[in-house]
Amino acid sequence: MTKVLVYIEAQGGQVTGTSLELIAAAQSLGGTVEALVLDADPAGLTGQVKGADTILTMADAALSPYLPEAHAKALAHVVAERSPDVVLVAYSSTGLDLGPVVAVKANRPLVSYCTKLAIEDGAVVAQSQAYGGKLTAASKAPLPAVVAITPGSYREEDVADRAGATESIAAPAGLGDLRTRFKSAQTPDPDAIDITQCDKLLCVGRGIGDADSIDIAREVAAKIGAEIAGSRPVIDAGWLPKERQVGKSGNKVKPRLYLAVGVSGAPEHLEGMGSAELIIAVNSDAKAPIFDHAHFGTTVDLFDLLPALSERLGGG
Amino acid sequence: MRVVVVLRLVPDLTEELEIDESGTDIDREWIGIKLNEFDDHALEEAVLLKEGSGATVTALALDGEGVDRMLQSAIARGADAAVKVEHGMEHIPDQRTAAAILAGAIKELGADLILTGVQTPEDVFGQLAPFLAAHLDMPTVNAVGGVSADGDNAVDVRQEYSGGMSAILGVTLPAVLGIQTASQPPRYVSGSKLRQAMSAEIATLSGADAGAATGAEITGLQEPERGDGATMFDGDAETVAGKIVDVLNERGLLGG
Repeated sequence: MTKVLVYIEAQGGQVTGTSLELIAAAQSLGGTVEALVLDADPAGLTGQVKGADTILTMADAALSPYLPEAHAKALAHVVAERSPDVVLVAYSSTGLDLGPVVAVKANRPLVSYCTKLAIEDGAVVAQSQAYGGKLTAASKAPLPAVVAITPGSYREEDVADRAGATESIAAPAGLGDLRTRFKSAQTPDPDAIDITQCDKLLCVGRGIGDADSIDIAREVAAKIGAEIAGSRPVIDAGWLPKERQVGKSGNKVKPRLYLAVGVSGAPEHLEGMGSAELIIAVNSDAKAPIFDHAHFGTTVDLFDLLPALSERLGGG
Repeated sequence: MRVVVVLRLVPDLTEELEIDESGTDIDREWIGIKLNEFDDHALEEAVLLKEGSGATVTALALDGEGVDRMLQSAIARGADAAVKVEHGMEHIPDQRTAAAILAGAIKELGADLILTGVQTPEDVFGQLAPFLAAHLDMPTVNAVGGVSADGDNAVDVRQEYSGGMSAILGVTLPAVLGIQTASQPPRYVSGSKLRQAMSAEIATLSGADAGAATGAEITGLQEPERGDGATMFDGDAETVAGKIVDVLNERGLLGG
């Protein structure tokens, strides 16, 4: 019977929704599901885990706050002890730290960006996003394997309840000897704009070209009563402040209106806005993935469209 | 502090991607290639460390088409030296193989801090920085949004999480970091500086053995299944603007 080990991620004392999506993915493979909770005091998190046959816990002061080095050592140790057929991590900052390290240490193949997973003939058969979501890669990797699942690929609601007996595992010796230290946590500035609370957003992407061109987008945003937001390349270039970032490394938003201008719709961006009520996309590339998720779209050049929209919307 | 920054050329995603005859790879013959954008940030962070704390920066890459020029550009950007690693493979199949080959060269060079981009568009079988860390037995931090020196033997690293959260982690060197964003946007380099760097010498090292394959393979590449997709508005800008405003009006999204 297939045994799947799910690495449970927590943020601020809460098990992430993505971790529960991993349990849904694990259950879809049939077989048994073991959920692994690594924390200084796992009891607070185990109660939030559902759908596992066994909840494995490891308690050690080094395990929280999160340190990549500590969690990689702990996870590699558990993988060696439990020999699961499949190890599931999320494609997240944490999953990036852990998946490849554990794969090398345990000499297993790793499949990343996975959106769909099955087991056939002793191998994982996966679909992954590749090339910024422009292509889908089907792949096969022999068991035992490690798989990093893209958030949003499975649904937390699909998790069926299971007994979830708890079993504790002793921490490996190496946790007392780390080269990484937690120094401080940074939370978003409470005085900065919170775009997750905005009703309407106009998000500019790389296609906007430069910082000055955002002015015309601002003009349109003002006329429709929207706040301006940006995709990662726009924020990384310093054209808009970090608190206005939409996507995996920014904010997850769900406005009534999301007007995406010059945004290609990489998976990391879609993760942050895919559930907006109305998505209108403007991108000159007809094959941009954003159009698969938008309700309305156009390939008209944004530098023609934004002035035309501003004109049409009038004095505002 | 000796910083090695690993740079990679990747397909330019603004171009049309064609699937090759095998059906398992993109057609690489005509596709434009460019410096991986996260590696661009890694290079910037390396040069900022040099400027801020006197680190030396070596730009490192696996040999291949366009690599000399990429490495020379890195010198123009502020890297002190450039090294390419020979590997005898026509195409590096994945980052795990790249890590195995590069690990030997990095050991030979000697590095306190290894930086590279957090991901590339081609990482179906995993990402370079954590693979390198595993091979070199060093700690790794990924999705990094800024690095600063903490004395000669440690760095403070900002790791970014979802929801705008981040943490500052102190890391004793040596370590491998997967850079997402540099502390400052990558700098512009003038044409004259670039031309000057075109004569810069590029050293060559032999790569380590790629090691045994893991057995993971791409069985097919395809365009994503299209959902219902967007209703497309055609016409000139004025016409399309009118249609968009109509939709906003119908949904009660305009006016107070």
